Amino acid sequence: MTLTQTATLPLEVRDLTVVYREQPVLWDVDLAIPPGQLSAIVGPNGAGKSTLLKAVLGLVPRASGQVWFFGQSLREARARIGYVPQRNTVDWDFPTSVLDVVMMGLYGQLGWFRRPGKREREAAMHCLEQVSLQDLAHRQIAQLSGGQQQRVFLARALAQNADLYFMDEPFAGVDAVTEEAILQVLHGLKSQGKTVVVVHHDLETVREYFDHLTLLNVQVIASGPMEETFTSENLRRTYGAKARTGG
Amino acid sequence: MNPDLVIVTTAILVSSASALVGTFLVLRRMALLCDAISHAVLPGIVLAYWLSGGARATLPALLGAAAAGLVTVSLVEWLTRTGRVKNDAAIGIVFPALFSLGVLAVSLYFRQVHLDLDAVLYGEIAYAPLNTLWLWGLELPESWLVMGLLTLLNLLFVLLFYKELKLSTFDAGLAASLGFAPGVLHYALMALVSFTAVGAFQSVGAILIVAFLIIPPATAYLLTRRLPTMLLLAVGVGVVASLGGYALAIWLDASIAGMMATVAGVCFALAFLFSPLEGFLTTRLRRRRQRLEVAARLLVAHLAHHPQPVSEQEIMAEFGWHPRFLRQAREKALQAGWLEARREGLWPTSRGRALGQGPSVP
Amino acid sequence: MLELFTDYTLRNVALGSALLGVVGGALGTFAMLRRQSLLGDVLAHAALPGICLAFLLTGAKAPLVLLVGGGLAGWLAAWLALAVLRHTRLPEDSALGVMLSSFFGFGIALLTFIQQRDNANQAGLDQYIFGQAATIVAADVANFALLAGMALALLGLFYKEFKLTTFDPGYAQSLGLPVRGLGTLLTSLVVLAVMVGLQTVGVVLMAAMLIAPAAAARQWTDRLGVMLALSALFGALAGVSGALISASRENLPTGPLVVLAVSAILLVSLFFAPQRGLVWDWARTRQNRKRVHLERLLLDALALLQHGPLTPQALAQHRRESLAAATRHLEALEAQGWVRPGPQGYRLTPAGQQKALELQMALRSQPSVFPSP
Repeated sequence: MTLTQTATLPLEVRDLTVVYREQPVLWDVDLAIPPGQLSAIVGPNGAGKSTLLKAVLGLVPRASGQVWFFGQSLREARARIGYVPQRNTVDWDFPTSVLDVVMMGLYGQLGWFRRPGKREREAAMHCLEQVSLQDLAHRQIAQLSGGQQQRVFLARALAQNADLYFMDEPFAGVDAVTEEAILQVLHGLKSQGKTVVVVHHDLETVREYFDHLTLLNVQVIASGPMEETFTSENLRRTYGAKARTGG
Repeated sequence: MNPDLVIVTTAILVSSASALVGTFLVLRRMALLCDAISHAVLPGIVLAYWLSGGARATLPALLGAAAAGLVTVSLVEWLTRTGRVKNDAAIGIVFPALFSLGVLAVSLYFRQVHLDLDAVLYGEIAYAPLNTLWLWGLELPESWLVMGLLTLLNLLFVLLFYKELKLSTFDAGLAASLGFAPGVLHYALMALVSFTAVGAFQSVGAILIVAFLIIPPATAYLLTRRLPTMLLLAVGVGVVASLGGYALAIWLDASIAGMMATVAGVCFALAFLFSPLEGFLTTRLRRRRQRLEVAARLLVAHLAHHPQPVSEQEIMAEFGWHPRFLRQAREKALQAGWLEARREGLWPTSRGRALGQGPSVP
Repeated sequence: MLELFTDYTLRNVALGSALLGVVGGALGTFAMLRRQSLLGDVLAHAALPGICLAFLLTGAKAPLVLLVGGGLAGWLAAWLALAVLRHTRLPEDSALGVMLSSFFGFGIALLTFIQQRDNANQAGLDQYIFGQAATIVAADVANFALLAGMALALLGLFYKEFKLTTFDPGYAQSLGLPVRGLGTLLTSLVVLAVMVGLQTVGVVLMAAMLIAPAAAARQWTDRLGVMLALSALFGALAGVSGALISASRENLPTGPLVVLAVSAILLVSLFFAPQRGLVWDWARTRQNRKRVHLERLLLDALALLQHGPLTPQALAQHRRESLAAATRHLEALEAQGWVRPGPQGYRLTPAGQQKALELQMALRSQPSVFPSP
């Protein structure tokens, strides 16, 4: 594959290896995510799913490998990338309001020294409406349920108005209302031609929710369109291999 | 009696007693809690001093300090439990308040007496040979008796409850379910820390006692993961700090306790840099080796995929490597016998091919 | 109080303490939210050898030189502690403890070394240990204002970035913010705050000025901006009142009094702040317990009424309690308007029936709420 071909791909990963202390967490990962699709990354616990997102975004150091976004480097493409981290990575007792958190999504566009103003406030409010949280805009974030907190993170990512989104386990431990809301947002993004890469844990729903599937267990076991990739043979190789190594 | 000998043995007793309990403080993540306790010892001693009518007796001071220590621990735990303040903030709130009370009381009521603030800071280990008492017809330094008893007490505690301490340190929940009362052990440990702090208070001062409680065990922690070894190493580091600190203090005519803390800090720095376990420089070297190993494997795997020889330019473009790094990786692969140099270029050996692409790196 | 404006010394002391309160309160807010409350303590203790070295190297007693030396040493200790944390598995508190005590020990050694060497010119360096606010002169206040102004200006300039990296560092990094650099900058600003406090409260007590105002301010608001302002205000309040109290009598050191004042503010906030105050928590818990108790009584009464009359005797037997207690309980239910005495014992009022029905529904859908007796 040459570079000119990949320029249209929202994400291309080549030979990505991440080593934590002695143990390889990701090994020689090659990945090509097609544009305008909802793409899931699935694998057993400890398969390196979250690490893959973080390594791609430069949040953990890579031992080797290269990553292109729309054929560009991370630095060049930064403004087109949105990230939704796992919910439990932040202190929800932090003294800030729902609207404030959503406005953080606009900090990248604001750049240094400029403060968010009325325009940013309105943009953030609009994003909150998309996840039906506009009524809670001025609540302290600790007063939200887990599902509502997840939706706030989603709204923050929407505020970024990116072309490529990475979401780390957005469906983990949320209520049915939130699950539905997240799905709606995902489909809304897809209809706008955006690409979404989601780390997912639920094999029951993955087929129904996503178009593209990557099965990961330290290495990429299989990656491709859902119908071709979601086979029992591939799943056995993904989850069975884990069981064999005693992980 | 030789004053040097008295001072050095006192220091060794202080550091041994401290290292024994300090090891568990480090493992239980209570290092800064004991910092708070050692500060709070001051108001405890002042209170005891005041209640006992101005006599500087050891027993009331011990009791006062233990009480102050327990008050500190309970206050910090209570504040944390309210959920309004995080544990570290709670520590940082409680000890300055208590210490301020102590300083205030000293400057209001005990200005001209023994309890001057210098003693709080430096301790008076230099006076250890002067404070003696008669026992069994022998004139012995008081510090030997106090610190000897404390060392013995801490040693007995660690030996008798070794199993329980170990269990409750690593898994408090399991210890509780087995009926080992980790809460009681916790408070017993805290009381011993307070005792040690006040016993050592006369020798090294309230604030520097933390150096003896934390630095040697933390140094040992960098060097080993086995509890008995850690205890022994901690005591060893304490002894080294005592001897080295004393020598330096005499040479420079500076505070003995301060120098001992300094030497302990130097020991820690050495362990941080050179520990075979996770020393900074050791890990650096290992990381480099590891990165090369990974790179060499990637290189071999890449070459094994291609039937024709691959040019260096292509490889560098493929992996985004610098020429120097590629050379090192190739060297590594050649050394490991994964590659061999042929006329047409590099070629994976059978061992290199057998390496496979699997994640089964050592 | 009037002396504040007329007495030269007192005015300087009060201004110095107030500046410390403002800058400590503001920077402490971020330190606390970053879970680095005690890093400030380490910084402060570690300043001592820096002060001594600055004196040894320059021979000068100029406070600003000494403060800069102290700040550099504190910065170095914080950097070392973070390096140890990054590269080893040593628990955080131990790493902080090691840096704190070894730097402080070295400082004490240097201090005694200086004192022994040239006794005549020992420079009153030990005033930096517990602080000696009485020595603050107008030039010092100007220094403090400079340091505090720098810290606050930078804090204002990078407020948005500090807020995001403190709340969600991973996300901040994904936006391209230099998270580590911003962390270093914040730590450096805390160093500036510590430098302001060295002369007033000293290295040992400095931690309180960074933590207590922030913890108190958190009680009153859920907004970071408001919290910053309140924390600075509380710090200033404590500084001024500490200075005033210490001036009221002989032999009252300012530093400890400022610390005690800020602790008092914290204590009041902890107990009485609206919403987060502990007193309201206790009241709520008490009320809840009382409500649950009454509801249990009502359900017992309902159970009794299904088989016979509701009398004190029957209730006492059912609940295995004394007759007096049962009578009291029935009176409590009557006070709620849930039961009414009749000729054949008590009966449920319509309100009581309604309530009992609701309770039974709740019981069915959520059996764990009311465990059966």
